[in-house]
Amino acid sequence: MIGATTQTACDSCLRRGYLVGRLAGHIAGALDSPRRRPTGLLALPDEKLIEAVAGEQAHDALGFLEEFDAERARAAVECSGSVAVCCHDSSFPIQLADLEDAPRVLFVKGRGDLASVGDVDPCVALVGARRASPCGLEVTHELGRGLGAAGVTVVSGLALGIDAQAHRGCLEGGGTPVAVLACGPDVPYPRTNRRLYEQVCERGLVIAELPPGQRPFRWSFPARNRIMAGLARVTVVVEAAERSGSLITSDFAIQLGRPVGAVPGQVTSSRAAGSNALLKDGATFITSAEDVLDELFGSGRRQSRSAPSHSQAEPAPAGDPVQGLLLEAVEAGLGVDGACAHTGLPVQEVRAGLSRLEASGHVSRDALGIYRRTAADRPGSL
Amino acid sequence: MLASVATFALEGVDSREVTVEVDIRRGLPAFTLVGLPDAAVREARERVRAALLNSALDFPLQRLTANLAPASVRKAGPSFDLALALGVLVASGQVPSEAASGTAVCGELSLSGALRPFRGALATALGARAAGYERLIVPAENGSEAALADGLEVLPVPSLERLVDLLHGRWTPEPARPYPVRSDTAPHAPDLADVRGQGDAKRALEIAAAGGHNLLMVGPPGAGKTMVARRLPGILPPPSFDEALEITRIHGVAGLGDGRLAAERPFRAPHHTISPSGLVGGGSQPRPGEITLAHRGVLFLDEVAEFSRGALEALRQPLEDGFAEITRGQRSLTFPARTMLIAACNPCPCARGAGDCRCNDVDRLRYSRRLSGPLLDRIDLVCQAAAPPAAELVDPHGGGVESSSVIRERVIAARERQRGRLAGSGAYCNADMDGRLTRRHGALGEDAVQRLLGSVEQGGLTGRGHDRVLRLARTIADLAGESRILAIHLEEALGYRLASPVGLAA
Repeated sequence: MIGATTQTACDSCLRRGYLVGRLAGHIAGALDSPRRRPTGLLALPDEKLIEAVAGEQAHDALGFLEEFDAERARAAVECSGSVAVCCHDSSFPIQLADLEDAPRVLFVKGRGDLASVGDVDPCVALVGARRASPCGLEVTHELGRGLGAAGVTVVSGLALGIDAQAHRGCLEGGGTPVAVLACGPDVPYPRTNRRLYEQVCERGLVIAELPPGQRPFRWSFPARNRIMAGLARVTVVVEAAERSGSLITSDFAIQLGRPVGAVPGQVTSSRAAGSNALLKDGATFITSAEDVLDELFGSGRRQSRSAPSHSQAEPAPAGDPVQGLLLEAVEAGLGVDGACAHTGLPVQEVRAGLSRLEASGHVSRDALGIYRRTAADRPGSL
Repeated sequence: MLASVATFALEGVDSREVTVEVDIRRGLPAFTLVGLPDAAVREARERVRAALLNSALDFPLQRLTANLAPASVRKAGPSFDLALALGVLVASGQVPSEAASGTAVCGELSLSGALRPFRGALATALGARAAGYERLIVPAENGSEAALADGLEVLPVPSLERLVDLLHGRWTPEPARPYPVRSDTAPHAPDLADVRGQGDAKRALEIAAAGGHNLLMVGPPGAGKTMVARRLPGILPPPSFDEALEITRIHGVAGLGDGRLAAERPFRAPHHTISPSGLVGGGSQPRPGEITLAHRGVLFLDEVAEFSRGALEALRQPLEDGFAEITRGQRSLTFPARTMLIAACNPCPCARGAGDCRCNDVDRLRYSRRLSGPLLDRIDLVCQAAAPPAAELVDPHGGGVESSSVIRERVIAARERQRGRLAGSGAYCNADMDGRLTRRHGALGEDAVQRLLGSVEQGGLTGRGHDRVLRLARTIADLAGESRILAIHLEEALGYRLASPVGLAA
């Protein structure tokens, strides 16, 4: 949508978009619990929706419908730097039509091309916990980068943790990131990710169902999840607790009959309980971007665009059994003392060995000096 | 008649000579005290009067004026009592004036005329010796501490009556002797052999001790970080006589010592709620802070991320310079603060360990940022402290664990090597080396050069990090008895270096 100045959305769809924005507070009130999915409601036509949620203020809402000034709305959208694209537009993502309550208008911001999202470039939704483990973050980064490099559009929600990491990885891999927001397209939410939001605008797209300027509501997060699931051909969950919002996304994907993948997590960790449960139910086992590409294009087949090689790790140090043992110890999270016990070496040699592995890119350390194996090093990743 | 008596006032951890002048004139009976006395000094008038009368001495019913010179310095505390009483005795002719010449006195009086001990006897004695006095008269309880100052006759006196006897030549006290150095300290000092597991932390502790490096231990609560840190003084070289004197002097000023010469280096572990002035010293009458109390020893900051930002900021200058400078009102005081810093923190804010940790990346980043900046630039090593596995805890033999005395031998040998190399350069140990010294003494073996180049090229090492790694590698080579730094030393040093906190953001 580079510099598109024409607001192509038709009056009725634009009005619908603004009506949802206008009724956002009422929708929150009409749901039994604030986190319920507003699926049924958003499928209703305008008048029925007002009747269902507005209650005593239905009259005002109907007045809003009648007095809606499409030109002013277009000017406001224009002013926020976004574009409204309605479902009658040729660039509207066709795959969203599978949703029974598909939004009739999307507010879009950024330099990416909405028409190619999911049509030319296949889409993968990469979602997960906000409170993610360092390992989960690293895997996500690798997945995002691998997919981005393979020319796959990575859809995520710009939330903290896994979502943000997916966008970062995709940006690094040179792909097109798509962020679906639960607020207006011009609202960088959460604010911590403001810089990332700007980068996504620069290189990809920000998509929202609510009109510009709207703040997020609790119901608008599950609503946003349905759009992510609707856009993506494959949905991958990295780390999700048992009652995580990411599982809402995967539920939508399952309802749509689209493939769902999950990255296995530690069995004892509650943070990965949800994603592990998905695997148990038959989700595709994802350990690298290759696995996602296999799911997208069929085993071993790829899109014509070749993925640039990004591998920074030298081949695994074959032939040196000590290094292998050290890698095992790091992978198992044994710590330095544990690595001494595992290899039977004195601590001096373990430290020295670990820093050799660090130099060759097989392990890395966080700010407090705790070693972990780099994702790039795991067999089968890009 | 006019009398003048020398005494000493504490200023920081030093003492400063104060002359007490007493003038007796005919007039309405009065006792005026001038020369910027504080409330405790002003009250000395009442104590002196009662003590003289209760010791069967005369308190002259005339006009008394006492001046504490230099008059520009504020005087505090009760240690002027004895000098004032002696001044009154000399001025009223009850004691021959020549008997008190060349003698300094210091002490607090009780109303009965008995002498009470005061804080900072050793500092006072050292001050008196430096000012050229031959004799120092102190309360009996302070005798042994003050006697640690060689070449000064310290006379312990129990009461005012005895003081008069002494000055009239009717009684001679036994000159005070320092307490014998305790030979039984070893069994009491905690030994590293008691610590099970913790191979990494122990090794890091040994390197830190050998090169005087500051250390950060990262580990879950209960892993034994405090236990390990507490054993650092036991593997450091024992304090030399001069160092012991400094430690004893400082602790005497703070009222912590028992008057014996310190046989061990101090270990101070302030709680994380401590204020900046508690840590580096302060107050309207500036008192030494924890970092000064840890002078020549170990300052241990447990839960270092929980310390207030102000407190950690305040530590930066003393850690850099080896002394703390406190400015209050019009004067500025210098407290010695040459100490090793051991800090400990949890791997993440929730402190629950890898499996159940619920922290997200933002929490973690914020946590590590709290450490960064002021403190991390002064820390050369970071090590992990993990709870030892159960099998090691119950193993009755402890599987060939080294005792502190064995490690101490190695540390002393490594320090000897450094002393020989650094003689005359102003640095005492490897941690003190600046960039220039580091490059001069950090001779690398052939293989090590390649290895270091590799690290720098890879971007894992900045200029400052480079010096720090070299210093650390130098210490590891010293421990191994090598004159050149070999690749294995460098690699170990790289393993302990601090990664930049930015690494967490990605």
